[in-house]
Amino acid sequence: MASILAVDDSASMRQMVSFTLKGAGYTVVEAVDGVDALNKAKTQKFDCVVTDVNMPNKDGITLIRDLRGLPNYKFIPMLMLTTESGMDKKQAGKAAGATGWIVKPFNPDQLLKTIKKVLG
Amino acid sequence: MSIDMAQFHQVFFEESFEGLDIMETGLLNLDMGDVDAEDINTIFRAAHSIKGGSGTFGFTAVSDFTHVMETLLDEMRDGRRQVTQPAVDVLLGSVDCLKEMLTAIQDEQEVDVASVAEYKKALEVELNGSESEEAVTDESSDVSAIESNTVNTGEKKWRIAFSPHTDLLKTGNDPVRMFRELGSLGELTITVDFQGVPDFYDLDPEECHLSWNLELVGDVSESDINDIFDWVEDECDMAIQLISDPVENNNSSTTEEQAIEVAPPKEVKTESTNNASPTNVAKPTKKTAQKPAAKTSSSIRVDTGKIDTLINMVGELVITQSMLSLVGEQFEMNKLDQLKNGLSQLERHTRELQESVMNIRMLPISFVFSRFPRLVHDLSSKLDKKIELVMVGEHTEVDKTVVELLSDPLVHLVRNSLDHGIEMPADRLAAGKSETGTITLEAYHRGGNIVIEVKDDGKGLNKEVLRAKAIEKGLIDENTNLTDKQTYELIFMAGFSTAEKLTDVSGRGVGMDVVRRNIQSLGGNIEIISELGKGSTIAIHLPLTLAIMDGQSIAVGDERFIIPLGSIIESINIKESMINRVAGRGETFRLRDEYLPIVRMHEIFDVKTVQATKLTDGLVVVVDGQGMRCGLFIDDLLGQQQVVIKSLEANYRKVEGVSGATILGDGSVALILDIPGLVRLSNQ
Repeated sequence: MASILAVDDSASMRQMVSFTLKGAGYTVVEAVDGVDALNKAKTQKFDCVVTDVNMPNKDGITLIRDLRGLPNYKFIPMLMLTTESGMDKKQAGKAAGATGWIVKPFNPDQLLKTIKKVLG
Repeated sequence: MSIDMAQFHQVFFEESFEGLDIMETGLLNLDMGDVDAEDINTIFRAAHSIKGGSGTFGFTAVSDFTHVMETLLDEMRDGRRQVTQPAVDVLLGSVDCLKEMLTAIQDEQEVDVASVAEYKKALEVELNGSESEEAVTDESSDVSAIESNTVNTGEKKWRIAFSPHTDLLKTGNDPVRMFRELGSLGELTITVDFQGVPDFYDLDPEECHLSWNLELVGDVSESDINDIFDWVEDECDMAIQLISDPVENNNSSTTEEQAIEVAPPKEVKTESTNNASPTNVAKPTKKTAQKPAAKTSSSIRVDTGKIDTLINMVGELVITQSMLSLVGEQFEMNKLDQLKNGLSQLERHTRELQESVMNIRMLPISFVFSRFPRLVHDLSSKLDKKIELVMVGEHTEVDKTVVELLSDPLVHLVRNSLDHGIEMPADRLAAGKSETGTITLEAYHRGGNIVIEVKDDGKGLNKEVLRAKAIEKGLIDENTNLTDKQTYELIFMAGFSTAEKLTDVSGRGVGMDVVRRNIQSLGGNIEIISELGKGSTIAIHLPLTLAIMDGQSIAVGDERFIIPLGSIIESINIKESMINRVAGRGETFRLRDEYLPIVRMHEIFDVKTVQATKLTDGLVVVVDGQGMRCGLFIDDLLGQQQVVIKSLEANYRKVEGVSGATILGDGSVALILDIPGLVRLSNQ
């Protein structure tokens, strides 16, 4: 089963994402911010990255841009979790190489549906 | 797949309260003249997280409220809006409001909808100068959402021309994925167009040069198709064309129908958003009675470094254990050294493990200190005083329980310093001091204790005034001779208040005695140092942890009891000449100039196996409980040891004179004596 890197500085959101995806059989590794995520992505190859946008240390958009620079992450799907008000964030995220987004608030079913969509 | 979102609520509440603290600190630290963008960003991020979480976990009222805050902060962050003191005050008020909302939701209480609405209004006024605009934009976005869902149904045939830009693949998007999704909507026919593909030698395999013509037949609306291409809208050229409509619906009626259908849901939608806050938040209060258990579960955030140490320690322990079992497998006397070695290692690791486990419960005192900048800010402006708060040693660690119980007493002390200690600016200038008073909160470790000091450079305690007040209140006799220390301690007496008139800040006259009692119930003590005109220092001494204490084990017959080491003054053999029997009041003995009551332990705890029943045969341990002394009559003193306190109330019920129990090395249970309780018992 595919492995997913879940990045969010909010513990509750991270747990929710991780719990949902694990429940569907995915392998999930959690990271608390962009720096943590980048380090983890370098030691292990993930099939998909789901990241929050607003985070301390390294925000989600910079993370996506940095990841796209790594050979292993050139084409893998990367999704950002963003709020509806963040239309400009969506543009910035796309420019950085994000595959798409999941709009907050979302429920576990919506999350799973989107993940299944990109992972096939 | 259904997931119980309630399991994440506790974590959400914790991080939200943490976020609110960050917001509060950030807002208080904002320097109006020179606002640091990163500071605003930190505040924004906290609000943003609360909004995202509350939306996801279904607390709509909270996310609606935070949304307005977030918008305001976002504009400040981008520099579109000036950071002003009134705006900051409104935001501070909103932080309080959010705290109340979240506390109410956590406790399953009703949210004060009226006060929330008031705060929200204040925010909106700050944001737009009026409160209506926001609502209008909300509605319009609702309409578009509904529009896309309520378009007429029936079999349709769509033609989609899809020609992605060359970079499409580089964002991880895959046309095949999108076609698969389209295929799930209806019957899909795909024709690929190779025209754009360059010569083999010019081909870059990471680029996309294909384009497609798709035909989709099914009960599909245009927005369904747009949804699938939503992520790649800007990375492709696309045209969607309706070729044939369902037979039932002719083209001309479609637009009209749409217009009609849109109108009613719009009303429904607005109605439901209006209702959203009460239905989501105002949970019936009767629920609180059913679920008190949910609230009692408490958790703790632990630095990962501490966990690593712990795991490391366990690793060491496992190594020692396997070494010992190897020695034990075929033991011969020549392996005795190895065995002793292993046992001493085991002892060391156990001790280290105990220390690191205890360490996990330790929190920095900043958890308590962090609320004071706000408190001082609010109170000093209320009292028109100029006060600077200095905090020292915020990283000093102390047991979680102590941290939680320390908060209220400290608030009281700081309020007192603010209200009674620090003078008005004019008075300070007249006294040759700087206009701004200083309150210092300092925490440090001393021995096995943590010391917390509340220091101010105010007017100090006036001994004459204290004394006169105490006489006036009838607390002491006119002829009583008091040392400086005893005079200061008058303020801890119930019913003592020196403020000429009561303010709502402090000075209700019920404070300091409660503070002292709270501190003493934590096994600590409190002392005052003061100098007239220079200021006062109140120091609280507390044990680092409440879970382990140093105890003296004693024997009464076959029973073992533990006396907290700190409360033992001395142990003596008494002579017949020291004993006095008072009719109806029991026995006392004279110790130097004092008469102390004797508590016969075997009588109180009904120990039949007692050896000494004559007072001169046994030992008397003189103990002090909250300033009252008595002598405990026992058989023998055993050893001193650290004991782990187990709650008696949780496992049995409360017993007068006993504060808990512990398990001794041989597996037997010993009761830990509650000295103040015993002193009370002895007085009855």
